[in-house]
Amino acid sequence: MSQDRVEKRIELKAPVSRVWRALTDYREFGDWFKVNLEGPFVAGKVARGQITHPGYEHVQMQMVVQAIEPERLFSFTWHPYGIDPKVDYSKETPTLVEFRLEKSLVGTLLEVTESGFDKVPKERRDEAFRMNDNGWAQQMKNIESYVAARP
Amino acid sequence: MFAALGDETRLLLVAKLSDGQQYSISRLAESQRRGGSGLTRQAITKHLRVLERARIVRCVRAGRESLFELDTKAIDEMKDYLARVSAHWDAALGRLKAFVEE
Repeated sequence: MSQDRVEKRIELKAPVSRVWRALTDYREFGDWFKVNLEGPFVAGKVARGQITHPGYEHVQMQMVVQAIEPERLFSFTWHPYGIDPKVDYSKETPTLVEFRLEKSLVGTLLEVTESGFDKVPKERRDEAFRMNDNGWAQQMKNIESYVAARP
Repeated sequence: MFAALGDETRLLLVAKLSDGQQYSISRLAESQRRGGSGLTRQAITKHLRVLERARIVRCVRAGRESLFELDTKAIDEMKDYLARVSAHWDAALGRLKAFVEE
């Protein structure tokens, strides 16, 4: 049976401090995550921004920063794929995203966990993926061109 | 949906139903008894109703009997959703990797 969370691990050939900055500096985060955040991440505060990801530019992202433990843990809650401007997502239970960093031989081991999916309403899940497949193909192209431009 | 599964008896019921067959409450109660648990029909029914409300199982009427089967639609939808969330994270982390390793 499926779990209520998504877990990812990735090894990055960069020092922990570099990865930490990419995660917690709001401009760097915005650069790779593809969101135009309004201001810095502050524990307990809301961070807002417009998604810059092709296909999702009308989506406003809103996160509540939870933990900022330097070079160890960065976490926030948010409403996944809250794309309807008419809906008040604040009434729904958000999911929790946690980034955990560990020094590794290669550089940094990053673990990302998103949990709390059992509380996401069905309608929200369906909405999320109406334009998904198109967005996907574009994503792959983004990665390719990003990497190609920065050998 | 996941909260509904956070119970050993319910997990065992879902495991039983995962062979794709339809089961009556009596058959399910009997299989639980053989498994060593002494649950009453009433208790089993209560658990099945929780699973039904969570749309993990579905109740089908066959004459006077109630038969239960896995509601695969809800489970497949959730699996599909999580697969897409997972794919989105793969993409985002791919971009992060490219970003910090340049």
